[in-house]
Amino acid sequence: MAKRLTLKDKNQEKQLFQRRLLIATILIVLLSFSLICRLVYLQIVQHDIYTTLSQKNQLTLLPIPPNRGLIYDRNGVLVAQNIPVFSLEVIPDKVKNMKKTIQELKQIVPISDDDLKAFYKQLRQHRQFDTVPLKLKLEEDELARFYVNQYRFPGVVIRAQMIRYYPLGENMVDVLGYVGRINEQDLTKIDTTNYSATNFIGKLGIEKSYESTLHGTVGYQQVETDASGHIVRVLKRIPPVSGSTLYLTIDSGLQIAAMKALGENNGAVVVINPQNGEILALASNPAYDPNLFVQGIANDVYKVLQNDPNRPLYNRAIRGLYPPGSTIKPYLAIEGLNSNVITPDFHIGDPGYFMLPNSSHVYRDWKKGGHGTVDVSKAITVSCDTFFYTLGVKMGIIRINYIMHDFGFGQLTGIDVGEELPGLIPNPDWKRRAKNEPWYLGDTVVTSIGQGYNLVTPLQQANGVAQIAMSGRGYKPHLVAKIEDAQGNMVNIQPEPQQVINVDQSVWDLVHTAMVNVLKPGGTSAIIGNAPYTIAGKSGTAQVFSTHGVKSDKSNDLAKHLRDNTLFIAYAPVENPQIAIAVVVENSMDAKITTRKVMDYYFERHPVQ
Amino acid sequence: MKFLSNNYNPSSVLGTKPTQLNDKSIWKRFHIDPILLSALLIVTGMGLAILFSASNGDKDLVLQQVARLGLAYVVMILVAQIPPEKFKLWVPWVFVAGFLLLVAVLIAGDIGKGARRWLDLGIIRFQPSEIMKLAIPIFLAWYLHERQLPPKLKDLCVCGLVIALPVLLTAKQPDLGTAIMLACTGACVLFLAGIGWRIMIALAALGAAALPVLWYAMHDYQRQRVLTFLNPESDPLGAGYHIIQSKIAIGSGGVFGKGFLQGTQSHLNFLPEHATDFIFAVCGEEFGLIGGIVLITAFMLIILRGLYISMQAQDTFTRLVAGGLSMTFFFSVLINIGMVTGILPVVGVPLPLVSYGGTSMVTLMASFGIIMSIHTHRKLLA
Repeated sequence: MAKRLTLKDKNQEKQLFQRRLLIATILIVLLSFSLICRLVYLQIVQHDIYTTLSQKNQLTLLPIPPNRGLIYDRNGVLVAQNIPVFSLEVIPDKVKNMKKTIQELKQIVPISDDDLKAFYKQLRQHRQFDTVPLKLKLEEDELARFYVNQYRFPGVVIRAQMIRYYPLGENMVDVLGYVGRINEQDLTKIDTTNYSATNFIGKLGIEKSYESTLHGTVGYQQVETDASGHIVRVLKRIPPVSGSTLYLTIDSGLQIAAMKALGENNGAVVVINPQNGEILALASNPAYDPNLFVQGIANDVYKVLQNDPNRPLYNRAIRGLYPPGSTIKPYLAIEGLNSNVITPDFHIGDPGYFMLPNSSHVYRDWKKGGHGTVDVSKAITVSCDTFFYTLGVKMGIIRINYIMHDFGFGQLTGIDVGEELPGLIPNPDWKRRAKNEPWYLGDTVVTSIGQGYNLVTPLQQANGVAQIAMSGRGYKPHLVAKIEDAQGNMVNIQPEPQQVINVDQSVWDLVHTAMVNVLKPGGTSAIIGNAPYTIAGKSGTAQVFSTHGVKSDKSNDLAKHLRDNTLFIAYAPVENPQIAIAVVVENSMDAKITTRKVMDYYFERHPVQ
Repeated sequence: MKFLSNNYNPSSVLGTKPTQLNDKSIWKRFHIDPILLSALLIVTGMGLAILFSASNGDKDLVLQQVARLGLAYVVMILVAQIPPEKFKLWVPWVFVAGFLLLVAVLIAGDIGKGARRWLDLGIIRFQPSEIMKLAIPIFLAWYLHERQLPPKLKDLCVCGLVIALPVLLTAKQPDLGTAIMLACTGACVLFLAGIGWRIMIALAALGAAALPVLWYAMHDYQRQRVLTFLNPESDPLGAGYHIIQSKIAIGSGGVFGKGFLQGTQSHLNFLPEHATDFIFAVCGEEFGLIGGIVLITAFMLIILRGLYISMQAQDTFTRLVAGGLSMTFFFSVLINIGMVTGILPVVGVPLPLVSYGGTSMVTLMASFGIIMSIHTHRKLLA
């Protein structure tokens, strides 16, 4: 009985098991099928998506920086170049004991605490196999010492990087400006793709205004990388296109001569070829070394430059605003004659002062007792203030305004660097807006001798005198003469004529002759007149400190920073002008002598036949 | 269901010796099942090829795996020689020993990848939890075969304890993947033993209710894995990285694959764990849909053969053992491929017979040895 019961139970158990096994088998087959369905979905339906993702994983575009275009002066002297600098860098991945390695490195190459701080900061942000800079600029002896000991430092490498170098240093900074590291602000203005491998960007001067020409086009390397970013192989390489080479209008020799001529004086010299507007020299003194700024200037060095009372960072040639003083007089004479306010025969008797009708205020001439009988020609030659007081009042402030604007004052000259200032030629409108005061006739009187509210830059002065030299047919001042692209195609920059100043030739002749006489015996600048070439010029003085009508003969007794600024504008040779020059020296009488030194340098190398 | 009745047709049994089947082929003599063996050779052969690619052509690593496989095949053949009746006698002791080793690992185990899973016995280093993968189903079969099936509630409680203790100990290591596999093993045996549907539903409901409790008991990284499974794109470089890269590898393989040794995802190291848990993605990338279907089919061949053997087994013990082990094998394949293809959460379950690793290989082959033994030691009369 018991045995039969067990047997029956076993059959029952077997049947139960077989039922369950059947269910399990069906379940297993269905689940396996669902796995295959999943594979079909991933490998057929979504195949394209995952193929793209897989390629995105392994293919990376690495940008290759283009070489920045070189800059030469007009004679082929290299004034901005790219040089390799060597930095000491560490691959964290390959350094076992960072502290020990750095301690031992310090014995060979001095590493400052600032370097270390920057290093540890970057170390946290970099991937393990990226190199992290430890010391940026290695001197040659440091480099040599490291190479001898390199075997001791696995994972420490030397990396060469091209940086900008300005061989003429401070002599060219007011023309070239400089490049610096790209900052947040720059990033908003540039095509980040084209700059993806670039570290430096023009910050000032030519480097800034010709940035897009100098930069070039980024190249690419398509590489296969593994998951940690190591390059496995290079698949494709699109080389970068170097930036274009610039040939400046600047004559670096003349530029250096101008800096030398300025010497100890703060001031500026601008020399223009009036025949085509090419700027031959654009100097501001004191200057500074642009190479300091390329890799980021140290804070304390920058502070010193910034707090220097002589303001070396200030580009006086294009941003220096000075009252023109008596250099304004030729322009007024041209307007007076051309608009028939006066005739060449018009003359006054100069008692040494000027008074407006119904006023007791006395406007003094620079010469006590006056110049006697003065016509317009003599007025320029001896710089007679009383004559121009009279002329100014006769023609009125509006005419003064027009003629000064015709000669480019009170507005940008359009030079191909971005930082110039427009200056100011005052008029009643301006005074009402700016000062909320009416225009007085007395304002016209002082404006007529270039004092008062007048402000002009040395560049505008040189541009103005160039127009005089060309009898009103001058060219826009510019700094770049030729651009040569990476393929060697040369583009010459064509001189751009300025608006012709329509003035009768007899007027030009009269003013030219008067300006020649300025440098002859009896003229105000006869002291520099004895030259192997003919010069036409006009001097000017601008008061920095009001001496209350006491004329500035005694101003040498004043503290230097309170002494007058002197100015000089000139062109030479008179018959066929090759250079037009404007000089400003602050708190010094040296404008004339500075002008002569620069001109002498030029004509020694370009003798007049 | 013709094949089911064939074996029990008394006519085939008549006139033969009572102890042995009449056709004594060479396979029977050595207690090897040729069909199961061929299926195993296909899978392990493919596995070696995939591993060679996954290891970037690392010959040493592949040779190590070959040595392990050789050892595993030897163990399988040796185990196959042991008749189930003899084997049955050792079962309780094997289970107790395995359980003690599991306790030992918690106290004195080696730590690898943040978890205490390994036991170092001087010459060999192994995971006792792998032994439990064998010990649990066999012990359950041993316990249940003496009793009336379907199991009563009292028996179920004992079985529940037998499953729960090793599972909890393994989860504590922590090794969620193996713990799940152990629970799965037990569940398979109970299912085949005929546990009532109502009890199953009740247990499922209990399990669902226990999920929040489980959530709090989980380690942070385990919770993260669950969250990542639910939305892998939420953390593409962190926890979701494995799944995303694995799907990219498989999906970019297409129908025919990128070709042997041509998989960029694995060779450029975008695919993590590509020699171990995620090795199926290497297969998918290099051999495409075709390779995946071939491999899954080979797996199915092993599993269905195991189920067929369990069907032909002559008593409850061998039936439950063969069926339970085959189903367990299926679930480890399912969980691994499901995880690699992104339909199941990432739990550390290797792809059996293919992933690089030692203990699991030997215990797995031992289980196939047991199945072969069950098939080749059948007697004429039940």
